[in-house]
Amino acid sequence: MSDDVSALHLVLTGDPALFAIVRLSLAVSLSAMLSAALIGVPFGALIALTSFHGREIAIVVLNALMGLPPVVVGLVVFLSLSRSGPLGSWGLLFTPQAMVIAQTILVAPIIAALARQTIEDLWNEYQDELAAMNVGPARRVATLVWDARFSLVTALLAGFGRAAAEVGAIIIVGGNIDGFTRTMTTAIALETSKGDLSLAIGLGMVLMSVIIAINAVAWGVRRAGELWAG
Amino acid sequence: MRAPTSDLPIIFAEAGILAGGAPILDAVSLSIGPGIPTVLIGPNGSGKTTLLRAAMGLIPLSRGRVTWAGREASAPTRRAILLQRPVMLRRSAAGNIRYALGTAGVPRSESDRRICDLLALVGLEGLQRRPARRLSGGEQQRLALARALARDPAVLFLDEPTASLDPYATKAIEDVVRTITARGVKVVMSTHDIGQARRIGGEIVLLHRGRLVETGPAEEFFRNLRTPEARNFIAGELLV
Repeated sequence: MSDDVSALHLVLTGDPALFAIVRLSLAVSLSAMLSAALIGVPFGALIALTSFHGREIAIVVLNALMGLPPVVVGLVVFLSLSRSGPLGSWGLLFTPQAMVIAQTILVAPIIAALARQTIEDLWNEYQDELAAMNVGPARRVATLVWDARFSLVTALLAGFGRAAAEVGAIIIVGGNIDGFTRTMTTAIALETSKGDLSLAIGLGMVLMSVIIAINAVAWGVRRAGELWAG
Repeated sequence: MRAPTSDLPIIFAEAGILAGGAPILDAVSLSIGPGIPTVLIGPNGSGKTTLLRAAMGLIPLSRGRVTWAGREASAPTRRAILLQRPVMLRRSAAGNIRYALGTAGVPRSESDRRICDLLALVGLEGLQRRPARRLSGGEQQRLALARALARDPAVLFLDEPTASLDPYATKAIEDVVRTITARGVKVVMSTHDIGQARRIGGEIVLLHRGRLVETGPAEEFFRNLRTPEARNFIAGELLV
């Protein structure tokens, strides 16, 4: 049987090893996306709606952080969580939690930067109307976040896509331990280097399906937003 | 609609606003009392929008003061404005009005009835669920008017409410202005359409280059133009 056919067989028969890897990958990436959203959306809103000395520099830095190299983030988290590091006592190195931390650091700037841009654009539109309606600061933020919700969901999905496709950081802090910290991307890297192309291709198929599904959902969310909310 | 008089008259005393060092509102003294509409006329850049925004508290004065029934410090809340280019919130037509009702502290139990009343007032019955941004320009303008009225204002500022609207939409807005005036809402509106100023009537205020040129009751104003600027503007000459 060729590698392609073997890969398809693994996917279609629901190979337990393959789907354990898929489950862990989705759990890690979803957890990272949610953690990053809790940090990134409020932070983006804060920068969008406040004026302070150095704001322009903060925006440039935030935008630059969208391109954080995963291996550098992995190295920093590794050093922080290693036994002699400042957070070594937590005992998280080579665990899924360490992978979530690394991916959260990678994804939070993406969500924050996109949220900042989205909320700031909407604020520029709404500013006069909300002032005329005497809307206070708390209600203002809630209004902007609510009305920007479809764009913000797209930002979250962009963050999820980044996390799901990432390999450099999690292979350093997770260690790619079979059955414990092995994800789709780290497994593909390992199996390819070992020459076991069936599993690598199978995982690649699933990963691509996940990425396509994410983009389909993002498109659908935006379209639904246009239809329902204008 | 509420009784309109408690926050009136609005008095501008030597009110001035500078932009980049140049006056865009220049020592305007004006009293706006209850009753008939006050119509600000003048060419583009004459200070109409600036005057309305200053009255709403959206821009601060550089000099002079504005008082509401003699009060200066406490901003009255019974006022609303229809901006020249109103922005629809990303919600349905009903959602836009519901939002304004919420900011005015109207209980949710009353919202549905008020939304129906306001949409009927501006002739948008049946469009409650339509996304506000998908309405036509004229419909959006009427929805913005309904949204402003949701705050139950005693004083309503309308900034060029019919600019770029067709005659049908313009008539719809003017009809609403007459209706709410009859219900006791003080309307202060700006326009550069002389015909509209004649139709609405009331008190006419001519502004030019940020200065108040001439004011008076509509009939008398148009019958007896006292200044060259007023004569030129009403004659359709270009005021530059």
